[in-house]
Amino acid sequence: MNSAITTENLTKQFGDFTAVDRISFEVAKGEIFGFLGANGAGKTTAMRMLCGLLSPTSGKGTVAGFDIYKQSDNIKRNIGYMSQKFSLYEDLSVAENMRLFGGIYGMNSKAIASKTDESLRELELTNDRNTRVKSLPSGIKQKVSFAVSIFHTPEIVFLDEPTGGVDPIARRKFWEMIYHAAEKGITVFVTTHYMDEAEYCNRVSIMVDGKIDALDSPEKLKNTFMASSMDEVFQSLARKAKNS
Amino acid sequence: MKRFSSFIKKEFLHIFRDIRTMMMLLAMPVILLILFGFAIRTEIMNTPFAVLDESKSASSRQIIERMSGSRYFDLQKNPDNFNEIEKSFRKGEIKLAVIIPEDFSDDLYRTGTGNIQLSADASDPNEASIVTSYVQQILMRHQQSLMKEDKIPYTIRTEVKMLYNPQLVSAYNFVPGIMGLVLMLICAMVTSISIVREKEQGTMEILLVSPVKPVFIVLSKAIPYLLIAFLDVVLILLISNNILHVPIAGNIFLILFLSTLFILSALSLGMLISSVTKTQQAAMLMSGAGLMLPTILLSGLIFPVENMPVLLQLISNIIPAKWFITAIKDVMIKGLGFFSIWQELSILLGMTFFLLVVSIKQFKNRL
Repeated sequence: MNSAITTENLTKQFGDFTAVDRISFEVAKGEIFGFLGANGAGKTTAMRMLCGLLSPTSGKGTVAGFDIYKQSDNIKRNIGYMSQKFSLYEDLSVAENMRLFGGIYGMNSKAIASKTDESLRELELTNDRNTRVKSLPSGIKQKVSFAVSIFHTPEIVFLDEPTGGVDPIARRKFWEMIYHAAEKGITVFVTTHYMDEAEYCNRVSIMVDGKIDALDSPEKLKNTFMASSMDEVFQSLARKAKNS
Repeated sequence: MKRFSSFIKKEFLHIFRDIRTMMMLLAMPVILLILFGFAIRTEIMNTPFAVLDESKSASSRQIIERMSGSRYFDLQKNPDNFNEIEKSFRKGEIKLAVIIPEDFSDDLYRTGTGNIQLSADASDPNEASIVTSYVQQILMRHQQSLMKEDKIPYTIRTEVKMLYNPQLVSAYNFVPGIMGLVLMLICAMVTSISIVREKEQGTMEILLVSPVKPVFIVLSKAIPYLLIAFLDVVLILLISNNILHVPIAGNIFLILFLSTLFILSALSLGMLISSVTKTQQAAMLMSGAGLMLPTILLSGLIFPVENMPVLLQLISNIIPAKWFITAIKDVMIKGLGFFSIWQELSILLGMTFFLLVVSIKQFKNRL
């Protein structure tokens, strides 16, 4: 198995509405895969199916080599997840959040302690170990949130619009963290609607109305669409959208 | 197990770090308990009573007729001896017993003074004193009518005996009520808010993506509140006994067992609410209007259930707090044992089981 994620005609319908329409793609291990699309294009629904939060209507899919219908427990053990909200416990300290999620993923106390030190060093937050999350600035919260989502060294980490509402400098730093995680072999599956961020990905897919309209590296996409930036690529695809 | 314990630890941290939650959990029961010493009682109608008529005279029959004819009283029994009266009190069939001695009629017509003994169930002290004063009014009217006929002033003296709570301490009555209210508040309201808060903040999503089973998420929420609610029960009992001087007549383990059962039913209600609401405000409103109000109004905490319209009385039967409060009163104040409250106990047990099953099912469906 060299693919971290595979899908084949994966579909989700809510009544008459088809949120995700027969999408098929593969994500290689260690890849940074950008999952783009306008709001309402079906990104979050697709991601939720892969994380085991929603069961698909039809189609096939595997995550970390496990079937998304039958082995969602195994999938859950091998992925990390960070949502649009920062989703840390604000009334707990940085270290307490790490200890909690380490515990949830079944790490023992020793592993949790050494990993906490390591993460705090990487975040340059050693002095803020016991600071409550609510008193941290939002850029830092987001970095802590990411560190917590990969605390248990998952095979794949899903980031659902992780940089929403953060300033450009903080976003840049955040992407450095993503690269660092990818270097360690963690596959990164990230949704975003900032097109400059799409340029940082190894490959991107663009969803329009529940379908994947384009999938390639940013360079090749720009060539195909004869565009100078990913933003232009996205604009030319989004123009034909009905749902957004 | 490690997963579970880190969850429970986290839940306690949430509680200890939020001053408002802490106040609600620990200070409020005490404040309520002390404030509720003064509550309003209105008319009490259809009090079930028994008459032990040893006099079997025309005048005793007249008095009984007057009483049974009144809308305040409802004649339940004509027992033959004191033991039967005692039994009826314990079963809760009557709230008042009128004992007319053998020589009542002779005394009344010969000496002008007759004696009647009244025994009232004073575990609800307000109700008992109001009910006995109704009897005294009825007797007064009877005296006046006798005077019109014979132009001789007759006096009927009553000797009032308050059963179970001879000093008529009103805290006796409120303690079980406060227990019901506080437990409902903590378990249903606070628990539902704390689950919904996680939905609002987005942490619930993270938990659901993690390998932790939803059932464990819910259980880890419930356990800290179960412990704190239990602590509150102990706190209430200690304060009642030592500061308000309410004796705990019955078996303490039976009281604690009843409380635990009620806590479980309230917790399930809280989980049920949390699975159908999306915001903290909605959860608060729903538990406030849907649980607290009926508990306060229909459980007999402030207004006696016996006085309500039949429809409301029927509705009050589906409120777990009503059964809990009734049973706790019987055990704590009357000192009754398991066999006198088995009915309330089994109803409560059934309700708890039902709510628990429904809430766990509902929780799975929604996530």
